[in-house]
Amino acid sequence: MNPVNYLYLAALLFTIGAAGVVIRRNAIVLFMCVELMLNACNLAFVTFSRLHGNLDGQIIAFFTMVVAAAEVVVGLAIIVTVFRSRHSASVDDASLMKL
Amino acid sequence: MENLIGFLVAAPLLGAALLLCGGRRLDGKGHYIGTLLAAASFVIGAVLFAEMLGRGEHDRALHSKVFSWIPVGGFRADVAFQLDQLSMTFVLLITGVGTLIHIYSIGYMEHDERRRRFFGYLNLFLAAMLLLVLADNYLLLYVGWEGVGLASYLLIGFWQHKPSAATAAKKAFIVNRVGDVGLSIAIMLMFTTFGTFTFAPVLTDADHASEGKLTAIGLMLLLAACGKSAQVPLQSWLGDAMEGPTPVSALIHAATMVTAGVYLITRSGPIFEGAPDAQAAVVTVGAVTLLFGAIVGCAKDDIKKALAGSTMSQIGYMILAAGLGPIGYVFAIMHLVTHGFFKAGLFLGAGSVMHAMNDEVDMRKYGGLRTYMPITFVTFGLGYLAIIGFPGLSGFWSKDKIIEAAFAKGGTEGWILGGAALLGAAITAYYMTRVMLLTFFGEKRWGTTPSPDEPSAEPAAESAGAHAEPHPHESPKSMTIPMIVLAVGSVFAGGLFSLNDAFLTWLEPVTGHSHGDSPLSAAAVTAGTMVVLAIGVALAWAQYGRRPVPRTAPRGSLLTRAARRDLLQDDFNHVALVKPGQYLTRGLVYLDHKLVDGVVNGTAASVGGLSGRLRRLQNGYARTYAVSMFGGTAVLIAATLLMRAV
Amino acid sequence: MSGALAAAASTTSTGEAFQFWVLGTVAVIGALGTVLMRKAVHSALCLAGTMIVLAVFYLANGAYFLGVVQIVVYTGAIMMLFLFVVMLVGVTAADSLKETLKGQRWLAALCGLGFGILLCAGIGNASLKTWNGLGQANSGGNVEGLAALVFTKYVFAFEITGALLITAAVGAMVLTHRERTERARSQREQAEARVRTGRNVPPLPAPGVYARHNAVDIPGLLPDGTPSEMTVNATLRGRGQIRDVSGEALAELAALERRSQRWLGRETTGGGKKAGGAPEAENGRGSRSAENAESAENAENAENAGHSRGVAK
Repeated sequence: MNPVNYLYLAALLFTIGAAGVVIRRNAIVLFMCVELMLNACNLAFVTFSRLHGNLDGQIIAFFTMVVAAAEVVVGLAIIVTVFRSRHSASVDDASLMKL
Repeated sequence: MENLIGFLVAAPLLGAALLLCGGRRLDGKGHYIGTLLAAASFVIGAVLFAEMLGRGEHDRALHSKVFSWIPVGGFRADVAFQLDQLSMTFVLLITGVGTLIHIYSIGYMEHDERRRRFFGYLNLFLAAMLLLVLADNYLLLYVGWEGVGLASYLLIGFWQHKPSAATAAKKAFIVNRVGDVGLSIAIMLMFTTFGTFTFAPVLTDADHASEGKLTAIGLMLLLAACGKSAQVPLQSWLGDAMEGPTPVSALIHAATMVTAGVYLITRSGPIFEGAPDAQAAVVTVGAVTLLFGAIVGCAKDDIKKALAGSTMSQIGYMILAAGLGPIGYVFAIMHLVTHGFFKAGLFLGAGSVMHAMNDEVDMRKYGGLRTYMPITFVTFGLGYLAIIGFPGLSGFWSKDKIIEAAFAKGGTEGWILGGAALLGAAITAYYMTRVMLLTFFGEKRWGTTPSPDEPSAEPAAESAGAHAEPHPHESPKSMTIPMIVLAVGSVFAGGLFSLNDAFLTWLEPVTGHSHGDSPLSAAAVTAGTMVVLAIGVALAWAQYGRRPVPRTAPRGSLLTRAARRDLLQDDFNHVALVKPGQYLTRGLVYLDHKLVDGVVNGTAASVGGLSGRLRRLQNGYARTYAVSMFGGTAVLIAATLLMRAV
Repeated sequence: MSGALAAAASTTSTGEAFQFWVLGTVAVIGALGTVLMRKAVHSALCLAGTMIVLAVFYLANGAYFLGVVQIVVYTGAIMMLFLFVVMLVGVTAADSLKETLKGQRWLAALCGLGFGILLCAGIGNASLKTWNGLGQANSGGNVEGLAALVFTKYVFAFEITGALLITAAVGAMVLTHRERTERARSQREQAEARVRTGRNVPPLPAPGVYARHNAVDIPGLLPDGTPSEMTVNATLRGRGQIRDVSGEALAELAALERRSQRWLGRETTGGGKKAGGAPEAENGRGSRSAENAESAENAENAENAGHSRGVAK
């Protein structure tokens, strides 16, 4: 088996995550889908690291994880705040940007 | 000596700066500063004149370059002065008469709280006019030209609280602007034709240029002269300019402003000599204006407006003479100088009369003033005799020469021009006699004494004259002395100039001179002039001297009524210029509303409509935006792959 | 994993291939579950599964450190955070999967398909036949290798991510923190306020109906058998998560009463108790809750022999 298959898997997971972001309304699930996309990217990076034979890809995946952690913390805090004021976690309810 | 030339201009300019920027602390002595600086300029002029007389006839011209003004590549404009005999004549006239008018104004404007400002403007006027006549190139002349326009605007509208004065100032400014456009175009044409606008090279090269170009330049110069000298068709501002204080009228009519046009045409002589068509236009304008002004002068009851008509007419004589070419230049300038004396004297006399009569200007409400104001009567009378060309007085010498020169033009043209000039002399005699009779002779028509023939007019006059009954009195010394000096000039200047042809020999090196072949002998012309003069005086005497004069003007003939309305000049301007302008404006406004605004609004509306439709894509749902991002990313990847494949 | 150690290999071991196909399937199923599960908790669990599979793949790819970090940080910390928030928002709330935006699903499917196909095309286009493997890079140990890079080449990025984390922590605190605008009222003050207004003077009644239901989301019944909203926590009331079981509980109770009645009747035969209630209650079975309540009331009456009847009427 060629490790390139990992890349196909990453692409598949990424697409599924992206589709989830578009389809789901629950902000928490939406966030999970974003995490899924990030993980797919990480898998791709790790695979690239292996294909290239150096550790830079792993470093980038590592940083991605850190940033993802920060992003989740802030994102979930926002969700909680929005939920408090609107009693809803649906992203469609926050549609005030139209006229 | 050359360095002194700059001070001629600098002295009054310094006065203007001091008085206009000096503030209230100069209020008490501002008029002395202004007068002193004007007199200083005259003294410098006199010194230069004496020095100039001491030099040979052909190296009398002085040049003085102050600094390079606009040196850009081939375009060079210097602030440089040229003082030759022609400029010298003007300098002496401007500073001399100007100083006298300054002295007169000390008394005349005594009760005006803005006297300091008035003297500042007078000094500015002198400075601009001196710059105009001293410039050695057309561009610097243009600066002085515009300065004169500005100063005249400020002075005509000096009593700006009166709407009529403010309007008159604007009118003068705008009509002058039309002429100024002509001068600026002429300067541009000169630059394209000769590559320079300094007098010397332009005037010496004039005969090398094509006649078409010279005609164009000449016509543009004529337009400029018409504006500044109040010649037909740009004459309409002069009558209204009487709204200014009387010394201003004297200054404008005698020493500055209106003489600028004559100077310009005389100075540009070689250009006109190369363009006979332009010269024909000049003489036509001069002849028409001299009759126009004279007719207007006959009908006016306002003493200043009658004198304004006379100025127009006399300047017409000068323009006519200047248009005749070398035959006439010298006489144009000579008439200009003598006219400067007697017209200034007449205006100052009129001011003195108005001063005595509580600023009443209607001559029909004067009468019999000779006993009340003897000095004014005598000086005004001498000016009157001079202007009608009474033998021996100034006007006689200069006007007679112009009529002679007009006949000397030769051919039918000569006869027409000479006839017009003669007719003008007759009308001049008529309206000036009328002014004289109405003002100083007859029974007094002012005050509460009901006039026997017009009792009905009395209540109106009573209610209109809110101020007390006038007590005519002689004016203070500061006013009478300049009048006396000017009267002396009016009497003797012409004779002095003609003694041994002194003026001719003085000016000939600059303007050149030629004797035309007159069909009539000089004596015949003089005799003819005397005859028409007598006819004019007799007519006026028959109409105004023998019968009592009604206090309100009779209806009069059609011509009289037209002349009272300045021969319909304003109506003509209204119909010919204002109305089309209004229609044009309305059309432009309509176009602006329908076409320009239509395009703009249409663009806005279409953008708005398109946006309204595009807005529906913005439904506010984050997920919709996410889909578009998702699709966009897909497109990006596709594009990347495609680029790699290609 | 042996393949990872080989330099410039062209294929991996069969074991890794087997592992990939099995766990890859699991990962895809987990991802699909994340997207398609109606309850957020289930989505989170599916995602956790996918992440664990990915951790295994990291290990298989020679990223030993990342594999462990994936499990500890992602599955351990981040997913727990998700679950906390899910709890906060309502663990039982199930999303409707019905699409409300017109054409959204079609567009999503189209974009997803196109995107996926294009990504795969891009990868296929790269046509990687041989690869280097991490044998050399990992020779000094994977963690040491990463550490050497993090603290030399990527030291600035490392520092900046540290700042980022602190900022995120502070941001989360700022976002969720709510300043108290007035002093908290003490219990005594609250009691005094209650007495002053004269409403609900005693403490709030407890939730739960009999011993069968003592859950906090089930309202207690009033003497006339109707549920009292007051007995349920305000938060649950606000979410609408109240389970009204009064009807069925009373019906069940009535049935119980009847059965015991029947049984008792058979035992005692014509006791002094009212026998007419039984057929009446039997009629009411399976009908509207109001009838249930009435029959329950009858049953109750039968039992309490008019003691509580007097109170109710």
